[in-house]
Amino acid sequence: MLSRVADSIYWLSRYVERAENMARIVDINLLLILENQLVGDEQWEPIARITGDWDYFSHKYGKTTRENVVEFLTFDMDYPSSILNCIVKARENARSIREIISSEMWEQINKYYLFLTDPASKVDAINSPSEFYHQVKLNSHLFFGITDAVMSHNEGWHFHYLGQMIERADKISRIIDVKYFHMMPHVKDIGTTYDDIQWTYLLRSASGFEMYRKVYQKMLPEKIIEFLILDANFPRSIVYCINKANGALHAISGSKEDSFQNKAEQILGTLRSELVYTDVNQIISLGLHQFTDSFQDKLNILGDSIYETFFAITNTNNQTFKEHAE
Amino acid sequence: MIDKALVFSSTTYRKQCIGLTPPKGIWCHITGTDLVRHQDGTFYILEDNMRCPSGISYVIENRQITKRTFPQLFGSLKVASVSDYPSRLIDMLQYIVSDKTSTPTIALLSPGVYNSAYFEHSFLARQMGIELVEGRDLLIKDDFLFMQTTKGLKKVDILYRRIDDDFMDPRAFRNDSLLGIPGIFDLYKKGHIALANAPGTGIADDKAIYAYVPQIIKYYLGEEAIIPNVPTYICSDPKQMNYVLGHMDELVVKAVDESGGYGMLMGTSASKAEIGDFKLRIQENPRKYIAQPTLNLSRVPTIIDDHFEGRHVDYRPYIIYGKDIYVLPGGLTRVALTKDSLVVNSSQGGGSKDTWVVADQEPQC
Repeated sequence: MLSRVADSIYWLSRYVERAENMARIVDINLLLILENQLVGDEQWEPIARITGDWDYFSHKYGKTTRENVVEFLTFDMDYPSSILNCIVKARENARSIREIISSEMWEQINKYYLFLTDPASKVDAINSPSEFYHQVKLNSHLFFGITDAVMSHNEGWHFHYLGQMIERADKISRIIDVKYFHMMPHVKDIGTTYDDIQWTYLLRSASGFEMYRKVYQKMLPEKIIEFLILDANFPRSIVYCINKANGALHAISGSKEDSFQNKAEQILGTLRSELVYTDVNQIISLGLHQFTDSFQDKLNILGDSIYETFFAITNTNNQTFKEHAE
Repeated sequence: MIDKALVFSSTTYRKQCIGLTPPKGIWCHITGTDLVRHQDGTFYILEDNMRCPSGISYVIENRQITKRTFPQLFGSLKVASVSDYPSRLIDMLQYIVSDKTSTPTIALLSPGVYNSAYFEHSFLARQMGIELVEGRDLLIKDDFLFMQTTKGLKKVDILYRRIDDDFMDPRAFRNDSLLGIPGIFDLYKKGHIALANAPGTGIADDKAIYAYVPQIIKYYLGEEAIIPNVPTYICSDPKQMNYVLGHMDELVVKAVDESGGYGMLMGTSASKAEIGDFKLRIQENPRKYIAQPTLNLSRVPTIIDDHFEGRHVDYRPYIIYGKDIYVLPGGLTRVALTKDSLVVNSSQGGGSKDTWVVADQEPQC
């Protein structure tokens, strides 16, 4: 498969997954705000913060009002990770590889884009946010469902899956961080009803509430953390995503899963071992925020190594041409 | 037979191709010739497209739509199929390099997503199951062409190129091109890569050279052309130019090296100022212009808003030259959607229609 094409399909899926997770983050916070009227606009600050782009936000928007944060995370074309920007970029990637992906995948990306650019969407995002963000999630689900059902599970598909899983792992860690940001200013809330509610919403934002209940019944913070980070069967846990990403990476190279042939496999294999052989107590004693922070750094290193292993195009043509021209 | 100066002065003449013998001796693997029907009922050849004729994807997609929309009507007629065009195309591409390899790697070279025909490039690559590549995906190593894949370099045997000669190789042709692959023309001359169509075929697209095609046919084949040319005045001939300058208001003037409806003047509908402007242009550079009588292109019923109106059309069948010569039983009918307009080019707002070649019918009661 062409390096350029693999690069595009990988980022196509990363952006669609990113849009979905952004919708999850906004949605959970909307619900949290309804549970606790007292905090008002302040409550919006954590979501603007977990993006890691607080400076951009505060500089451009100033106040953390509902309207500003919704605009920022959903429609801001200057903000690289806004939902709309993700889908615009997903669509650009899809457009350049239309002969690789199926027509149905292209149609879905297009519909997704038209849904977001419809002027009515801006109104809906403010007036009926629950429904709006639900639609965003469904659009991403539909894309991945179609991709799974109609595209051959060949090399290109594995690049899609690799992108989707890495993106999801990254965003799950950020969603877990929302909890950290919410807790920080209100240590007194720990152990209260409100704290329980926050944990519930954390699970809900990963669609994990019901699945968690089936395993643990009781709402125990350490169990929830264990579930979202280390559960091997829950599809939005970090370990699950890393396992699947590892499988996809090895399917691409054809090497055995317990060995490595290239830098990307080595880095992902190491990261996976660390996760699989850790337990929740170690994570908690390290500190949840420290854990997610360091995990995100490692994912960035992994992303770089995937780029170098598969996508980097040696620009031989231009070099030879320049030499020749001189 | 043709004035040497006329050939050498053509903007699409490529002196780099002197002495070149393309694989299997074929230059024009894919041809899309534009036909029109005049009010006298006769079909004329309006122009040749020997470089990278586009539009075939519309033919296939239009047919899909017709079949979905009118399944009963369609089923009751014996309409020749156009859907095997991609198979014919890939057969031809494989044939070109068949003495070198039986499992060639074929790729379609596109300028990229910003090209207006990108949809078609992608469509054909998908239909044929071949890689769609851009110049930046390719590199030359050890005198062969490779594409950069996730598993390293992969040798390419043949390129179906949808980039003009000019842009193919900045070293051999335009040195400001960023789309091409420097040095590919040398590989081509060495026989290390096959190209369809061959570089240099653009000479036949020159609208002044076009005027000689009936004589070329007669000279090489000893036959009369089956479909006549539109009578053409070549302005580089002083006598013909004088005639053109005196009859601007009834002629169509065209730049010999432009397409897509650009660089032309419809004398019958042009203003005095426009005519004056073109007169100057012709006198400044007579080689650049030809003129033809205004043809009354035939019309077909076309849905305009909620009713039918007549609109002018032309017709482009596609011809593939590989082991045999294959003429697609169907083609692209282009429609000038503006009332009374004779400019059918899609770049000027033209549309297209499905076109049927129907087998003889049983007499109906």
